[in-house]
Amino acid sequence: MRFLFLVLASALPMLAQLAVQGETVHTMTGEAIRDGVVLMRDGKIERVGPASSVSVPNGYRTLRARVVTPGLIDAHSTVGLSGYLNQPHDQDQTERSTAIQPELRALDAFNPQEKLVEYLRGYGVTTLHTGHGPGPLVSGQTLIAKTLGRTAEEAVIVPAAMVAATFGEDAREQAGKSPGSRAKMAAMLRAEFIKAKEASSKPATTRDLRQEVFVKLVKGEMPLLVTVQRAHDIATVIRVGKEFGVRIVLDGVAEAHMLLDEIKASGYAVIVHPTMARARGDAENISLETAAKLKATGIPFALQTGFEGYVPKTRIVLFEAAMAAANGLSFRDALASITIDAARLLGVANRVGSLAEGKDADLALYDGDPFEWTSHCVGTIINGRVVSETKQ
Amino acid sequence: MPSPQSLRFTVDGTSDARLPPKGESRVVSALKGLSRYNRPFVTRALPFLLLFLSNTAAPQSTPLVLENARILPMDGPEIPRGTLVVHNRRITAIGASVAVPAGADRRDMTGKVIMPGLVDTHSHIGEVEGADGSAPIQPDARVLDAINVRDARIQKAQAGGITTANLMPGSGHLLSGQTLYLKLRDGRKIDDLLIPLPDGRNAGGIKMANGTNSRKAAPFPGTRAKSAALIREQYIKAQEYREKMQQAGGDASKLPARDLRLEALVEALEGRRVVHFHTHRHDDIVTVLRLAREFNVKVVLQHVSDAWAVAEEIAKSANVIGSSLILIDSPGGKIEAKDNTFANGEALEKAGALAGFHTDDSVTDSRWFLRMAGLAVRAGMSREKALYGLTMAGARMLELDSRIGSLTAGKDADFVILSGDPLSAYTHVLETWVEGTRVFDLANPKDRLYAVGGYGASHDQANVIHHEELEQ
Repeated sequence: MRFLFLVLASALPMLAQLAVQGETVHTMTGEAIRDGVVLMRDGKIERVGPASSVSVPNGYRTLRARVVTPGLIDAHSTVGLSGYLNQPHDQDQTERSTAIQPELRALDAFNPQEKLVEYLRGYGVTTLHTGHGPGPLVSGQTLIAKTLGRTAEEAVIVPAAMVAATFGEDAREQAGKSPGSRAKMAAMLRAEFIKAKEASSKPATTRDLRQEVFVKLVKGEMPLLVTVQRAHDIATVIRVGKEFGVRIVLDGVAEAHMLLDEIKASGYAVIVHPTMARARGDAENISLETAAKLKATGIPFALQTGFEGYVPKTRIVLFEAAMAAANGLSFRDALASITIDAARLLGVANRVGSLAEGKDADLALYDGDPFEWTSHCVGTIINGRVVSETKQ
Repeated sequence: MPSPQSLRFTVDGTSDARLPPKGESRVVSALKGLSRYNRPFVTRALPFLLLFLSNTAAPQSTPLVLENARILPMDGPEIPRGTLVVHNRRITAIGASVAVPAGADRRDMTGKVIMPGLVDTHSHIGEVEGADGSAPIQPDARVLDAINVRDARIQKAQAGGITTANLMPGSGHLLSGQTLYLKLRDGRKIDDLLIPLPDGRNAGGIKMANGTNSRKAAPFPGTRAKSAALIREQYIKAQEYREKMQQAGGDASKLPARDLRLEALVEALEGRRVVHFHTHRHDDIVTVLRLAREFNVKVVLQHVSDAWAVAEEIAKSANVIGSSLILIDSPGGKIEAKDNTFANGEALEKAGALAGFHTDDSVTDSRWFLRMAGLAVRAGMSREKALYGLTMAGARMLELDSRIGSLTAGKDADFVILSGDPLSAYTHVLETWVEGTRVFDLANPKDRLYAVGGYGASHDQANVIHHEELEQ
């Protein structure tokens, strides 16, 4: 009996029929709709169109907002592994015992009830690509989750999305541990790929969690997400990636603006650093205009919030896109970098990233231009359920 | 003329009447390389001439007239279409309709916004350092002796529209040293950025902290009560030191031996040096108020993450000049900032307390300091108070409001020219002017590099006085 009650209680909000009316609806499938309507049923988008052709049926709860966008996607974060208190008990984004640990799964560490998950949800972020953070040469497997769920299973939409790696200063180990140099980082990665190539050609007799992941990488079954900032390091990552046919997603890439042609030729996508990321260390030559330059060059990219070690413990991808929009990226391209372009890059565009029939009913509602510092997110909807209505 | 009493306490020592003739080799020689502003003759006799000498560029002989701008003066209502006149480093006229001086350099500012230069009440640009790890209370450490004015982050602060900044040592000590209020002129050395005061000192405060940052292994405190006890103990020593000074009257032979640490604290006790107090948690904030009342010192509350919880108490305190807020993209990052909120500005405004902002650069980047006011407005602060918080509120907290913080005739010509509304995400700082000299121009490729970033934008040693080069 109690079980039945629980099932009903959690299912009811999902089943509710919901409509959103927006003065401007950015569907990201085409031109924005003036005076648009989005109908939702059973957690999915039922219909999208102008109010003149889509009427709200009886029994639908209706929310109104000046601007409606797809739920925002943060293309790379550590939130859920890194918590807001920044104490040892809530920091699971890096395991420093050894430099290469692809067997670590974000799934086994993601806390969907972390306060920062709820906080981001309040600003319209509905999907997070999160996992082990930059630092170790190979730090673990990332996941893609909705910003809603009591358990990882409930929140996750892709349990193992990419393998996170770092190349450059942050990956340098201390006290005689390897890798202690950039050449060693490349040598260690190449050695792993060579072993994986050999292993992939013969049947496995015993399981090796670590090698299984490298085999997936050399077979192109999973991408390698490499956080890399400096131009010469970007070139090295491309060199090693091409040698083994590994699908690489370049992450951070502070000096991408110095190597645009090479990045384009590589065919690799970029999850570019937060626009307002701090200019220091490997990222000292960071530019506010990198997103605009990637767009102009035709390199597929998405924006992210990355990893923060101190205050603030996370950024908000909406604000990072706003700053990109103020620095050469068009409004639409900036919004795409945190919705549909991010969804495509992450391989989840069949479910999220735009407002289209059959997709997950994930929406963000704003009382003005979402990029203005003084606008508010007035509602967030995930899987057809209103999960935030406070003005953020 | 300053009284003999106050002269005795000048921290720089050059005005000190007690120095024995041979003492000059001990103290004065060490100061010889320092600012000309510290020398008693100049500082006492000609304080205002210094304002003209202190800039690296030639004085502006031609009046500058900025016409048809939307002007946000901060000392009165917005002027939708007005004129700002600048001459000899000062604002000489401002209004909807003002007489244009003959021979003026006139510039049309249609579509642009002019507001006072931003005042950052808490920044760590310039590679600033204070106390070392030897003790928790080090009032003798001066940031004056530890600032690299060629740090690229100073150029970036100019690109953000900041014209005055309080450069502070860190919060890892109960008292980490004497801070400096600097004008962000283009400078070759720290002396070029100082703000000399009529009494001969350089404008600056003192940095204190409570809460968790200053808690560590002995000799540092391990608890909050110990932190307060150590501070009270030092204040009491400073009170006793001051009494000995007073008892000596003018008799140099009766004066106690100089104590650099107590001298700085005596300045705080006398209200001549504002205490900038790093504090986050509500109970720590109240402890700051309690100690400030006990020793009657003037404080500026810095960060004040829990301001929303004790806004009434802050407003009621006679010792608090104001609260300088940092608004960060998410709460936490450390336990005592777990309840930090954009709504602190609104809470202080409602309580009637003076509220401003700071970058805490590099916690937030000076280039988007304007955004801080936008985030405060997002959470309920009025537009007027938020913009005031970036300018006049900061000027008042640094006790420089007679010179800066608003576009008022007679004040220093410190202002920014913006491409649009200061609270809009799409707005850019186009130009920054300090005392009638343009120190940032987005149209200049070298300046643009600092504003936007790119290769070389953070190379600290690479940027030498480009404006001087341009003007020669």
